[in-house]
Amino acid sequence: MTALLANPLVQLVIALLALLGFVGLNGLVLVWMERKVVGFIQRRPGPFEVGPHGLLQPLADALKLIGKQLVTPRGADRPLFWLAPILSVMPVPLCFLPIPFSPLLTGMELNVGVVLILAFSGLNVLALCLAGWGSNNKYSLLGAARAVSQSVAYEIPLLLTVLCIAFQSGSLNLNVIAGHQSGILHWNLWVQPLAFVMFFIAATAETNRAPFDLPEAESELTAGHHTEYSGMGFGLFMLAEYMYMIIICGMAAVLFMGGWDGPVAPGWWWMVIKIYAMLAAMMWFRWTFPRVRFDQLLNVCWKWLIPLGLANLLATALIMKLVG
Amino acid sequence: MALEANYGMVGDFYTQNFTTTHTGDGDTLILNLGPQHPSTHGVLRVVVELDGEYVKKAEPVLGYIHRMHEKMGEVKTYLQYLPNMGRVDYLHALGWNWAYVGAVEKLMGIEVPERAEFIRVITCELNRISSHLLWWGAYLLDLGAFTPILYAFADRERIMDILQMVTGSRLTYCYYRFGGVSADIGEKFISDLRAFLAQFKARIPMFHELVTGNMILRGRCVDIGVLPVEMCRRYGATGPVLRGSGVAYDVRRFEPYSVYDQLDFDVPVGKAGDAMDRYDVRVAEMVQSVRIIEQALDKLPEGPFLNPDLPDRFIPEPGEVYYSVEGARGKIGVYIVSDGSPKPYRLKLRSPSFSNLSLFAELSQGTLLGDAISIMGSLDLVIPEIDR
Repeated sequence: MTALLANPLVQLVIALLALLGFVGLNGLVLVWMERKVVGFIQRRPGPFEVGPHGLLQPLADALKLIGKQLVTPRGADRPLFWLAPILSVMPVPLCFLPIPFSPLLTGMELNVGVVLILAFSGLNVLALCLAGWGSNNKYSLLGAARAVSQSVAYEIPLLLTVLCIAFQSGSLNLNVIAGHQSGILHWNLWVQPLAFVMFFIAATAETNRAPFDLPEAESELTAGHHTEYSGMGFGLFMLAEYMYMIIICGMAAVLFMGGWDGPVAPGWWWMVIKIYAMLAAMMWFRWTFPRVRFDQLLNVCWKWLIPLGLANLLATALIMKLVG
Repeated sequence: MALEANYGMVGDFYTQNFTTTHTGDGDTLILNLGPQHPSTHGVLRVVVELDGEYVKKAEPVLGYIHRMHEKMGEVKTYLQYLPNMGRVDYLHALGWNWAYVGAVEKLMGIEVPERAEFIRVITCELNRISSHLLWWGAYLLDLGAFTPILYAFADRERIMDILQMVTGSRLTYCYYRFGGVSADIGEKFISDLRAFLAQFKARIPMFHELVTGNMILRGRCVDIGVLPVEMCRRYGATGPVLRGSGVAYDVRRFEPYSVYDQLDFDVPVGKAGDAMDRYDVRVAEMVQSVRIIEQALDKLPEGPFLNPDLPDRFIPEPGEVYYSVEGARGKIGVYIVSDGSPKPYRLKLRSPSFSNLSLFAELSQGTLLGDAISIMGSLDLVIPEIDR
């Protein structure tokens, strides 16, 4: 038994299965949390009928979505149309794999953890693009075009800020990066505040969350890339959106806040607390800000974030050279 | 493949006609915004030609909620037609009530008691606030801010509760009568209204704090949809749309009806004529409406709320009459031709939204799709009023 458990392949399968459970559970929790947060911001109770404080509401929603008929619109490219939602959730467990919840609770320690996450989360754009193309709907097409140009633009500042941290820690291994920041005063957040702000802005844009939710801007494009999806097709897109939020917040927690490190009793719970605090901030943004316009969105990226990110990276490199 | 197969001759008369006359070189996309679309606020349909994200040409298509109000006016008696007025512009029903009732009163020479005039001012201005509140929430919804509408609705709900006390309905009011109003306002109405006004005055600075100064909002409104005065004149734009462009034209001030000449209020105007100015004008108008209501409450005289010497049947002499009031969206006009029978010979409704919409096609040309939505929202269109 122990020999079997020591097999890295078995470990990987166990980790992936555990992460799938984690993904599903967190999806439900996040749906509930988002509705409660928006309820709080809008001064209403939010879901309250199903279960205590509406706790079972997301379960009911999920059941409803599963029970719905899956409609393929006329003229749609059937294989591509249904491949898109699957493709958008498929990389999610892989992205979770290198994120360390604690030194022990890591799906798989990888030397290229950061690269792995960024590479696989990039697949989501492809899914949105397919959804837009396969739907045979002009709103979807416009949404997909927006999604692609937005993701391409915002991946650059995201990478630039991640690179700063990689320079500092001398590693792309998330466990090593987190390990470097033991003690709240050693968090990268204090050394790289600009990078953190830029990372968070880019992350909000990368996950298509308001105020950067242009691919699905409902006042312009009704629902953007997922206009034509019914039932679980839409459900998968939504699940993927929430999962990428967790992934990107998990990355932020590891890169800038020391991962599992905390003022008292370090452990995986600190990681969860940090992730959910950042998620709450993202929800707060979504329900308070108006949406930016598309050209403004790209201007923020190309005119501000990328030059600032480059300058920050150069400064980091210079200081690392002088100090290190 | 699939996409190309479905192009060719698809769509209805409007899209096909639009396709043959569109401006592009064939490299453009024809998109139907509506009749079911989240930001057309009803069943307005706009056919737009997009070059990427840019609107090359936009053309509103009307008629999806046409209910023949004008024709109905010809087959109903003067009194029977009155409830129709609440359905023309459901957001400022009392404005339409007033325009029609005023026209018939002018036609028949019916006197309105002083108290009824003040009650009309109070309720109409209250209705204007609720209409502007809904616009405020809905416009920000167009710009992607979800929360403000719920704050606006909290206040609007209180207004509807107050108006329900005397009108008996919450949205499509039918409260005014020829020669007065249908019910007197009581102590409860006045005390509730005063409590509401006191609270609402404190809410407006909060709205400003939460929303108006926001950087993203300003980016979406400032210098967007700049409407020159000359263009307003060409299309007959009125109301906050015209005042946003800097023309201080307000029917209440320039053709005073009822007791507006006894009340002190400002006519807020904008400078540049962009969406932000129209936003500012509407928010400032809510403040002015509060001022008007407070003065009217203070001056409210005793007396009958309905003219006691009304004729048994409303049969005017042959003749014609035009009466206009300031609605929440602009100048509401009712034109009646009477042939001496119990029914109007012809009835024409001048709705401000119709003129305000017609300039959208020109105003949105060359803007980004997001800006076009912002411009459309800033015009404060009510579709049933456009189609009548």
